[in-house]
Amino acid sequence: MAIKFDAYQAEQDLRSQETELACFHCGEQCPDRSIAIGEKFFCCNGCKTVYEILNVNELCEYYEIEDTPGISPKTDIVADRFSYLDDESVRSQVLEFSDGSIDKVTFHTPAMHCASCIWLLEKLHDMDPRVISSIVNFPKKEVSISYKREEMSLSEAAALLSSLGYEPLINLDTVGKREQSSAEKKLYLRIGLAGFAFGNVMILSFPEYLSRVGDVDPVFKMVFGYLSLLLSLPVLLYSAKDYYSSAWAGIRSRTVNIDVPITLGIGMLFIRSVWEIVTRTGPGYLDSFTGLVFFLLVGRIFQQKTYDLLSFERDYRSFFPLSVTRKINNVETSVPVSKLLPGDRIVVRNQELIPADSVLLKSNTLIDYSFVTGESDPVTKQAGDFIYAGGRQVGTTVELEVIKEPSQSYLTQLWNNDVFNKPRFSRLNQIVNQVSHYFTIGVVGIATVAALYWLQFSAETAIKVFTAVLIVACPCALALSSPFALGTALRIFGRKGFYVKNTEGVEALSKVDTIIMDKTGTLTENQHETIEFKGSVLSTKEQQAVRSLTKHSTHPLSQKIFHALGAGSLRAVAAFEELSGRGLRGTVDDCVIMIGSASWVQLTQETQSVEDMKTRVYLRIDDEIKGYFLIANTYRKGLRPMLATLASHFKLVLLSGDTEREKPTLVNLFGKEDDLYFRQTPEDKLNFVSKAQEAGAHVLMVGDGLNDAGALRASEVGVAVTDDVSAFSPASDAILTGDKLNDLDSFIQMSKATMSVIIASFIISILYNVIGVGFAVSAKLSPLVSAILMPASSISVVVFTTLATSLRAKMMRLT
Amino acid sequence: MYVMFILMAASLTASLIFLGAYIWSVRSGQFDDKYTPSVRMLFDDKKRPKKTEPDEISGANDEEKS
Repeated sequence: MAIKFDAYQAEQDLRSQETELACFHCGEQCPDRSIAIGEKFFCCNGCKTVYEILNVNELCEYYEIEDTPGISPKTDIVADRFSYLDDESVRSQVLEFSDGSIDKVTFHTPAMHCASCIWLLEKLHDMDPRVISSIVNFPKKEVSISYKREEMSLSEAAALLSSLGYEPLINLDTVGKREQSSAEKKLYLRIGLAGFAFGNVMILSFPEYLSRVGDVDPVFKMVFGYLSLLLSLPVLLYSAKDYYSSAWAGIRSRTVNIDVPITLGIGMLFIRSVWEIVTRTGPGYLDSFTGLVFFLLVGRIFQQKTYDLLSFERDYRSFFPLSVTRKINNVETSVPVSKLLPGDRIVVRNQELIPADSVLLKSNTLIDYSFVTGESDPVTKQAGDFIYAGGRQVGTTVELEVIKEPSQSYLTQLWNNDVFNKPRFSRLNQIVNQVSHYFTIGVVGIATVAALYWLQFSAETAIKVFTAVLIVACPCALALSSPFALGTALRIFGRKGFYVKNTEGVEALSKVDTIIMDKTGTLTENQHETIEFKGSVLSTKEQQAVRSLTKHSTHPLSQKIFHALGAGSLRAVAAFEELSGRGLRGTVDDCVIMIGSASWVQLTQETQSVEDMKTRVYLRIDDEIKGYFLIANTYRKGLRPMLATLASHFKLVLLSGDTEREKPTLVNLFGKEDDLYFRQTPEDKLNFVSKAQEAGAHVLMVGDGLNDAGALRASEVGVAVTDDVSAFSPASDAILTGDKLNDLDSFIQMSKATMSVIIASFIISILYNVIGVGFAVSAKLSPLVSAILMPASSISVVVFTTLATSLRAKMMRLT
Repeated sequence: MYVMFILMAASLTASLIFLGAYIWSVRSGQFDDKYTPSVRMLFDDKKRPKKTEPDEISGANDEEKS
């Protein structure tokens, strides 16, 4: 008989049993009524402390804005944990601004989640008079703190946040982000200027539109003309600047990108307008000119969709901690990781990362490499063993001696590969640029032929016709269709939990024909495992005894068993003993309980079966072996239908860093034995992707860990799967939330549909161009025709692409 | 009809003022965070009297609210 436990289910049951006792601070369920102030109960002393701090500072309004808004602070806080921040080199990197008496710093605090958080974090100055002000940016989960430099140190500011439960997340990748926001500001300014000029020039051109009705005073014509010219100058010199440099870069690399005909059109519009205004032969096309630039820039801003919370550019530096505890002559100090030298002794606590390749000095420990190599089980290490950087230490505090500098370690070597230095997307492959190549040749050809034809009548008309063709054929609608279609798709994906970095990513996704998957963390869920007990039925008393024993161990397997056994009171454990890599022993209620490997419980014959792909933990009470706990990775739900759908459209490959022990399950899931590769190192994965690409494949890589970083980067589209979007994920083109993995096929089909919408809108915009060129070659292009045709074509293309893309998404049930 | 020039000057001045305001708002970072200010403005900025008994504060707030 088997009892089935599910860690998560057990926790849920526990909650429903005792819902009435929720922590006043964080809302978590309280274990008992021992921690309380008056009628308010708390789940832990950390929560109680935060409440007391707030209470003393009269900030309890915090609890009125939202119910139980608090975050339980970590209890194992080390006093000088932030002292590395006072190191001058770190300080100058982290500080945003410093003017001698005031320092300003922006901390990323992922724990921020509600209106109460905003309120409290902006009241820091009420709590600590040394803080001058604090301002929250909620979408980015950032808080900017200004404080008096002479009275407060950076580490104290970080500790203040930490004491309230808002642990600041400090790593060096937050530093480069500010440039991005200034680029966005520039785009806003450019659009503002272009829009301003567009509106005013339109008003000034109005008399000209009506000139057929009645004569306009030539003085007005002249003044309006020069005024329009003045208003258009900033548009020419500032707003449209990016198009010139992009076109120039294209020409220099001997390609005709979409910005070449745009620049030609813009230039012709302006030159022709200046000439007409100065010679007083006409009103010019400045309204079309400013409008064109304005619409193009609007398309550009629509194309951008920034996800403030996500970072697509992370590398190992943001994975590793910024500081580590170094021990010199038995004195522990917190130092920046970058300052570690070979020979240094460091102290690594439970759940901390090993920052550099090093040798274990004292005691045995377990290292969890699942994020780095894909191996799902922690590895036992003994004193004297070599430990690679990137592993997470599980167990008691250990001491290590650093062998290599952090930047030279085995893992970080991967980032020295060439793929990390290449630009991500080649703009040449974009469909717009492929079309614009032929388009430009066609337009220049037509303009020349038309000019040659008119040359036999008059040179002036020939020049007029030549310029008019270039003006009217300016591919504004062509340039707008792809930003709006791809931008719409990008937003639809974002709403469904699939965050694509930019529109190039959506385009690349439509060309994918091979999908490579990682196993650990991608196909399996990291924090979700099933635990089964096989053997004789355990009584409640026995279950409680086992639970009491496992509570004393930090080994991940003990922790899993502890949680799976759910609720119940804990007993006292006597003669507790733990042997790393073997098991636990202890006496509860006069029974000797042993939990661990087969040899630990002295099991003589071990039965092998299919289940042995999974981890077994044996249980022995007194002299009787009761059975074993079976612990298995759970695969995400709905994998089989998902893999079947994907396999019908794409070539599927599995690259796992783990051993073959789960191969039968995977063969079953994938429905085939080929293309499943195990024991793949990060380099193997990267090389596999490169080889597939050389063979002509367009690769979509789905992975989650640092070991996938190279493959994610090398593939056409790298998708990082994560269960918590604010947690670390390696550099990628898109981030997919774990529960949305099943929609992957729909996402790819949607990107293909988007590309067909783009092609349809190309046809529409070329139709407009044919009409316009018809006017132009017959020398009938008046400014009025141009002023109507240009916005009409742009707006209709924008409306068409946006609606068509949304409609396709609706048909695919993606909205 | 030349009075039009005065009107034009007036309208251009007005629009330039708005352009200036827009540029200032972009530069001063008003477009950086489009969410938090909407929450912030809903907080009551009440000046609470100093209390010595910490445990009575939440009760005192309730009274102030009603």
